[in-house]
Amino acid sequence: MAFQALADPSRRAMVDRLAQGPATVSELAKPLAMSLPGVMQHLAVLEASGIVISEKVGRTRTCRIEAKALSQAERWIAERRALWERRLDRLGQFLDETKDD
Amino acid sequence: MTTTTHGSFVIERRYDASPRRVFAAWADPAAKRAWFAEGEGWDIRSFELDFREGGTEKSRFRVTGPSNPFPPETTFGNETVFNEIVDNERIIFTYSMDRDGARFSVSLASVELRPDGSGTRLIFTEHATFFEGGDGIAMRESGWRELLDKLDEHLAAAA
Amino acid sequence: MTKRSTTHATFVIERDYAHAPAKVFAAYADPKKKARWFGGPDEWESAHSMDFRVGGKETSTGGPPGGVVHKMSGEYWDIVENERIVMSYEMHLGETRISVSLGTTEIRPSANGATLVYTEQGIYLDGYDDAAAREHGAGELLNQLEAFLNAEA
Repeated sequence: MAFQALADPSRRAMVDRLAQGPATVSELAKPLAMSLPGVMQHLAVLEASGIVISEKVGRTRTCRIEAKALSQAERWIAERRALWERRLDRLGQFLDETKDD
Repeated sequence: MTTTTHGSFVIERRYDASPRRVFAAWADPAAKRAWFAEGEGWDIRSFELDFREGGTEKSRFRVTGPSNPFPPETTFGNETVFNEIVDNERIIFTYSMDRDGARFSVSLASVELRPDGSGTRLIFTEHATFFEGGDGIAMRESGWRELLDKLDEHLAAAA
Repeated sequence: MTKRSTTHATFVIERDYAHAPAKVFAAYADPKKKARWFGGPDEWESAHSMDFRVGGKETSTGGPPGGVVHKMSGEYWDIVENERIVMSYEMHLGETRISVSLGTTEIRPSANGATLVYTEQGIYLDGYDDAAAREHGAGELLNQLEAFLNAEA
């Protein structure tokens, strides 16, 4: 289940990085201040959930994101939710700006 | 062949404003337009609000900006019917989204306002039904980064 | 002052009918047909009206003689012939609104005839009603629909 795989902040950070393009395992590890085995463990969870695919070429393992892992329903909901998140943030700004009315 | 998917989500916010002021921001047409419709980078073609039980809200807009994948003339429509209004406490409404007249979602939503100290806790719940071919609106920027921000909050809400 | 509360719930009911999708759809689309199966028990005094088009309204009122009136008032939000009907509706007990729901009826061809999937996303208000009772009621209506379709054959 994609949502559960993404429950961990380190895994989300890895996926966030991969959203910008494929990366090697050591590139993923660098900003996380985490050992390579630790990164490999998280990577295993992400691969098991289908979110990330990795491929070993020579001595380098390259990871990339698998966008289809989230079901259409999950994507729909995430998008709709995002719209309302932005609206409700703007409602807060509006209330702040009109405080003295 | 039609395909239909269903899903729900909850968003909570706390505002440093009284329930009366938060409610007014939903009830007053100028206020609602300001925070609800403007500011998405959308070109608002029309916005009408008749805030009463059985009343409607109708807006039409075009999506603008460099990341807009839709043909420039694509017009979206949002139609709302207010099912229940309890002043300063609760609003329940049904709304649809159309793209060039083709309906792609219908939702049932509630807004609950609760006093929280000197402010207000707002709980927004939506039950959405999505149809084929809609392709959403925010789908234009369905980069993973943005999606993950939402997942974050989904997880926070589900926790 | 009433203590306000909301309960949110979704249920799904799936049925397989030995009737073609067009026939099942017609039982929803034709006001005369729908009035035959959509309603409370036979002994209730009841009234039904509907305008089957997007934006059209439907009301169904009824109740035991001398008892509290149950009122359903709905609106059609999406109609795809022989395939899908989306309707929002409110339930009132007397003057009290007890729920607001969004119901999707999907009809698909099956080996037997048609599969009907009914999904209801509901908000139950102030403790007057709950999803379990509603799901039971919706199941009863689909039984009545089947009995109507069988009798019509």
